[in-house]
Amino acid sequence: MNKFEINNLDLHYGDFHALKNINMQIKPNTVTAFIGPSGCGKSTFLRTLNRMNDLVEGCRITGEILMDGKNIYENTDVNMLRKDVGMVFQKPNPFPMSVYNNIAYGPRTHGITKKAQLDEIVEKSLRDAAIWDEVKDRLHKSALGLSGGQQQRLCIARALAVKPQVLLMDEPTSALDPISTAKVEDLVLELKRDYTIVMVTHNMQQAMRASDETAFFLLGEMVEKASTERLFSAPQDKRCEDYITGRFG
Amino acid sequence: MNTKIKQAMATYKRSPFSFVMRLMLILSITFTVGMLAFILVYISAKGIPYLSKDLFSFSYTSENVSMMPGIITTLMMVAASLFISLPFGILTAVYLVEYAPRGSRVVEIIRLTTETLSGIPSIVYGLFGNIFFVTVLGWRYSFMAGVMTISIMILPLVMRTTEEALISVPDDWRQASFGLGAGRLRTVFRIVLPSAVPGILSGVILAVGRIVGETAALIYTLGTMAKIPDSLFSSGRTLALHMWVLSGEGLHINQAYATSVVLIVLVVGINALSGLVANKLQKR
Repeated sequence: MNKFEINNLDLHYGDFHALKNINMQIKPNTVTAFIGPSGCGKSTFLRTLNRMNDLVEGCRITGEILMDGKNIYENTDVNMLRKDVGMVFQKPNPFPMSVYNNIAYGPRTHGITKKAQLDEIVEKSLRDAAIWDEVKDRLHKSALGLSGGQQQRLCIARALAVKPQVLLMDEPTSALDPISTAKVEDLVLELKRDYTIVMVTHNMQQAMRASDETAFFLLGEMVEKASTERLFSAPQDKRCEDYITGRFG
Repeated sequence: MNTKIKQAMATYKRSPFSFVMRLMLILSITFTVGMLAFILVYISAKGIPYLSKDLFSFSYTSENVSMMPGIITTLMMVAASLFISLPFGILTAVYLVEYAPRGSRVVEIIRLTTETLSGIPSIVYGLFGNIFFVTVLGWRYSFMAGVMTISIMILPLVMRTTEEALISVPDDWRQASFGLGAGRLRTVFRIVLPSAVPGILSGVILAVGRIVGETAALIYTLGTMAKIPDSLFSSGRTLALHMWVLSGEGLHINQAYATSVVLIVLVVGINALSGLVANKLQKR
C-alpha cells in the first residue's frame, strides 16, 4: 500500500495557481526526491503533505491527499498529522535553548513528562541522527553554539523524537558545506529503513545519490516521476530531459 | 604616532569629505556625552551636599521635607502600574502579531489607536484621569486613580515594544514548532514569548522611566499629599512630584536638587536590575 496517494491536487495562493492537478503515489520506506527550478512548486507541494500551507494566508487547496488511505484534509487533527509527518527545513532552525530541550520539546508537546523516558528519547533520537557522539557532553548547553551541519542533524533528531512515520526535508543541505552534506545524505539512506522520506533538492547529484524515486516539477506541474535511475538515464518528457542535461534551470 | 598621523593625513588628502565626516562624528559624540555629563555633574554638585539624614526620615514634616515617602510611593506606583499594564499590553501584542490575520481591519484600527494614544501629552491623561477616575468614579485624589491613569498612559508603549520584540522572533522557530505538532498556544508561550523577553524588558525599562519621571499625569490623579498612601484610595506623592512641589514652593530648592540625585540613582538602579533579570532569563 502507498504511504501517500495524491489525487487531482490543486493549490492557489490568492490568484496564483501554484500547483496544477498533481497526481502521485509515494511508497513507504523509500526516499522520494523532488527536483525542478526555483518557483516550480516543489516546496509548496512538500508542505501540503503536513499541511504547513495552512499557515499561509490566502492559500486554497482542492483535491485529496490520502495518507494510509485517509484524507489528511478531512477530519484530521492537524497537530497529530504533523507529529506523524515530521519536517526538516532548509535553514537549520534549532530553538534558542539547550540541545536536550530542543529534542525534548516535541515529546513534551505530546504529553511525555517523565525524565527517564525523555532521557531515553533524547539519546535515541540523537543517536539515530548520528550526532550523539558530538553533543553528548554538551546536552545542556545552547544548541545555537553548534556548527551549521550539526544544527541540521540536531533538527533531524528533533523531528525523529516525536516518532514520525514520514520525514519531509525541504532542501536540507542547501545551507551546509560538502562534508556536512555528505553526512546528512548518509543519514537519509540510513533512515529510510524506518521512515518514508520525501525531500526537495536543488542538487541533481544529491537526488541521484540519495533517492529511489524522483519527481520533476515545472511551473506548478509535476512533469514526470519515475525511479531515480530511469528518470536520469532515460527521461520521457522533453522538458525533463532539458532540465537534467542542464539546458535550463 | 607621527607616522600614524601622517598616514591619516594622506588618506584625508585624497578624500577630504571623510575628514569632515570624522570631525562631525567626534563633535556629536562629544556633545551627547558632554551634555549628559554636564547634567549629572551639575545636579550632583548642587544636590549631594544636601543629602542629609533628615531627608530620609520615614515620615515627612515641613521641617525635614523627607523624600522617603516619595521613594516608597514611587516604587509602589511602578509595581502597581506594571502589574496592570504588562498583562494587557503583552497579551494584546501577542494577539496582534500571532493570532490576528495579517493586514486585517481590526489590527489596523488597534494599531492606529495605540499610535494615537502614545502621542498624547501626559497632561491630557492627567485631566482624563481627573475627570473619570477622580470625579466620575469618585475615587478622589488617590493611589488607585494615579495607577489607572499611568497604566493607560504606558499601555501603548508596552504594547508597541512587545509587538516589535515578537515580530523580530524568527519565523523559522514558529515553523519548527508547528512542524513538530505543537499548537499555536504552546508555540507562543514556549518558543516565541521566551525569545522575545529581552525586547519586552527594554519596553519595561522605558515604561519604568516614564512612570518614575511622570508628574503631569499624577498631579490631578494621585495628588501631592506627602505621605505613603495607606490605602488604594488615599493620596500620595512620588519622587518626581515631591521635586516638583519643593521647587514650586521655592523654599527648599537645595532639597529639590538632592531629590533629583536620588531620582537618577533610582532610575539607574531599576535599569540595572532589569538588565540583570533579562540576563537571568536569557541563560535559562
